[in-house]
Amino acid sequence: MVQEGGAAEGLSLPRFAPSTRKMGRWGDHLFRLLIRASALALLLIVSGMVVVMAMAAFPSIKAFGWRFLFTSTWDPVAQHFGALPLVYGTIVSSLLALLIAVPLGIGAAVFLSELAPPWIRPPISFLIELLAAIPSVVYGLWGIFVLAPWLRTQVQPALGSALGFLPLFQGPPYGVGMLAAGLILAIMVVPFIIAVSREVLLAVPDTQREAALALGATRWETTRLAVLRYARSGLIGAVLLGLGRALGETMAVTMVIGNRAEISASLFAPGYTMASLIANEFTEATSNLYLSALVEVGLLLFGVTVIVNALARLLVWSVGGAVKEVRE
Amino acid sequence: MKGVQGLYKRLGVIVAVLVLAVGHAGGSVSAQMLMNGAGATFPYPIYSKWFDEYTKVDPSVRFNYQSIGSGGGIRQIMERTVDFGASDGPMTDEQLKQAPAELIHIPTVLGADVATYNLPGNPKLRFTPDLLADIFLGKITKWNDPRIAEVNPGVALPNQPIIVVHRSDGSGTTYIWVDYLSKVSKEWEQKVGRGTSVNWPVGLGGKGNEGVSGQVKSTPGAIGYVELAYAIKNNLPAPMVRNQAGKFVQPSIQSTTAAAAGAAKNMPSDFRVSLTNPPGDDAYPIASFTWLLVYKNQSDQAKGQALVKFLRWAIHDGQKYTSDLLYAPLPSQVVSQIEAKLKQITYQGKPLLAAQ
Repeated sequence: MVQEGGAAEGLSLPRFAPSTRKMGRWGDHLFRLLIRASALALLLIVSGMVVVMAMAAFPSIKAFGWRFLFTSTWDPVAQHFGALPLVYGTIVSSLLALLIAVPLGIGAAVFLSELAPPWIRPPISFLIELLAAIPSVVYGLWGIFVLAPWLRTQVQPALGSALGFLPLFQGPPYGVGMLAAGLILAIMVVPFIIAVSREVLLAVPDTQREAALALGATRWETTRLAVLRYARSGLIGAVLLGLGRALGETMAVTMVIGNRAEISASLFAPGYTMASLIANEFTEATSNLYLSALVEVGLLLFGVTVIVNALARLLVWSVGGAVKEVRE
Repeated sequence: MKGVQGLYKRLGVIVAVLVLAVGHAGGSVSAQMLMNGAGATFPYPIYSKWFDEYTKVDPSVRFNYQSIGSGGGIRQIMERTVDFGASDGPMTDEQLKQAPAELIHIPTVLGADVATYNLPGNPKLRFTPDLLADIFLGKITKWNDPRIAEVNPGVALPNQPIIVVHRSDGSGTTYIWVDYLSKVSKEWEQKVGRGTSVNWPVGLGGKGNEGVSGQVKSTPGAIGYVELAYAIKNNLPAPMVRNQAGKFVQPSIQSTTAAAAGAAKNMPSDFRVSLTNPPGDDAYPIASFTWLLVYKNQSDQAKGQALVKFLRWAIHDGQKYTSDLLYAPLPSQVVSQIEAKLKQITYQGKPLLAAQ
């Protein structure tokens, strides 16, 4: 970051500020200070958040230690707190959402950038932006009144009878549960993935496509080899944005996940996520240890997000490296 | 460069306007007294009605109430960041000890919880205390269980699993419900206990009254609990519950007030009393006060006086607004007990209510 900034300054100063009058220099200086301050502020905010949360979570960290991570009782009355089912619920519901949303989102983006007739693009883009703007509580209500009953009466009985031999699809059909949460999240995440992927694909230079076509590639081969491969790291960025939203989503998830802090192999069973638990219990938590345990869940959510993002970055780097090798 | 200078000039104007605006706002606040409060969400509709009506009685007081939840209300009054707190559950002895000065509980209105369910045809059901406890403990799992049939003769109960639905968010409604179950079932008290959130033995969590009732409505065989006001407004089936006197009582505003009247005889002087399972033939057993929390020794004479006057207005004239908003009013015995308590609120040792 710093190096890039330095290089940019070296280039831009003589070119864009030929005036040597005092006012102009002062303005440049001020601008430089301002943008540096905003970059620094970001670092300060993040580190400040971690420090404050760690301090507030300290009583709970001291009382439970590593047990907090590896036990699964959440009992505010007896003051026993274990966050394992919450971590599990957060990760599983988000992964389930991505499993559904990524093929759908990238497929739609490929259609929009490569295949769709130009007149159809604006209305579809408009609809996608509309989807992204719907408040999550509306998704949640729709989940309770439409999605969950449909899952309970149609989807879950069908899945149970066809694939009931898998532990994933066993148990009574409640409607709400991990499957409903994953589906709601998928619907919420798809517009983000489509919007970003479409921009990424549109940014692929036409020379890439023309070169592939000139070599005799079919349309599918052009898309796969020249466009998708070129745009790969940008597409992963789009998926990461979706994942970030899924991990942190609170309202819609809590309305359909069943809110039960238990780990179950079945997708029909209710679960719980970290963000939902905090939103549900923070307002009425009175004892110090209870509050501090809730803050520790927040810290944990922060940690999980950092780890997931770091893993994804590693993935991008490794993929990027592989592409370069192929090209060379 | 002209542009830059123009920009600075404009900035200067904006800053000047802001300074004027802030100064002006400050001026208007000093003319009117601002009373800050925070806490429970359950009584928020009636409180905001009161705050609005009270400005007609005393235009010099303005209220700012943040419905951030009972836990937040207790924390903020203990840190003295507000003039009064509000809570759906009484403060514990430990919390009162931690408070910087003596806090008193002032009951304002009553609320109640009702069970709600989803069965074919929604027959009118009756429950005994042990039935409710055992259903929520997961010990009774089918609607056609002989124990349910025994207290509901003539009702066709389906052979359907019971799906328990509870609140997922911490709430006073949950506190009332589990407080009742703790009183009527030893097993519940030992296994689960009381709190605004508990570790439920069975069931699904729905967020808020609307989450629970939505879940119940869309799941055949479900049973949950919601606030009385919410059940009345939405025409939910509300079963009768057997009270301590052995009578089956329909949940209603009258039977909720009767619960407080039943408890009035043995009212502790600090009003920190659970009204669940009270004596009295007409008393609905799953009811509770909601409280305002104020310091016994007020640190500001003018504010303290205004607060005490408002509280007296609320327990007398304010009670007439309860029925429209579906809260249960305080019974008259309790109103006179609270009035006596208000006279104990002091500024530097002098009672504020007698002083006027």
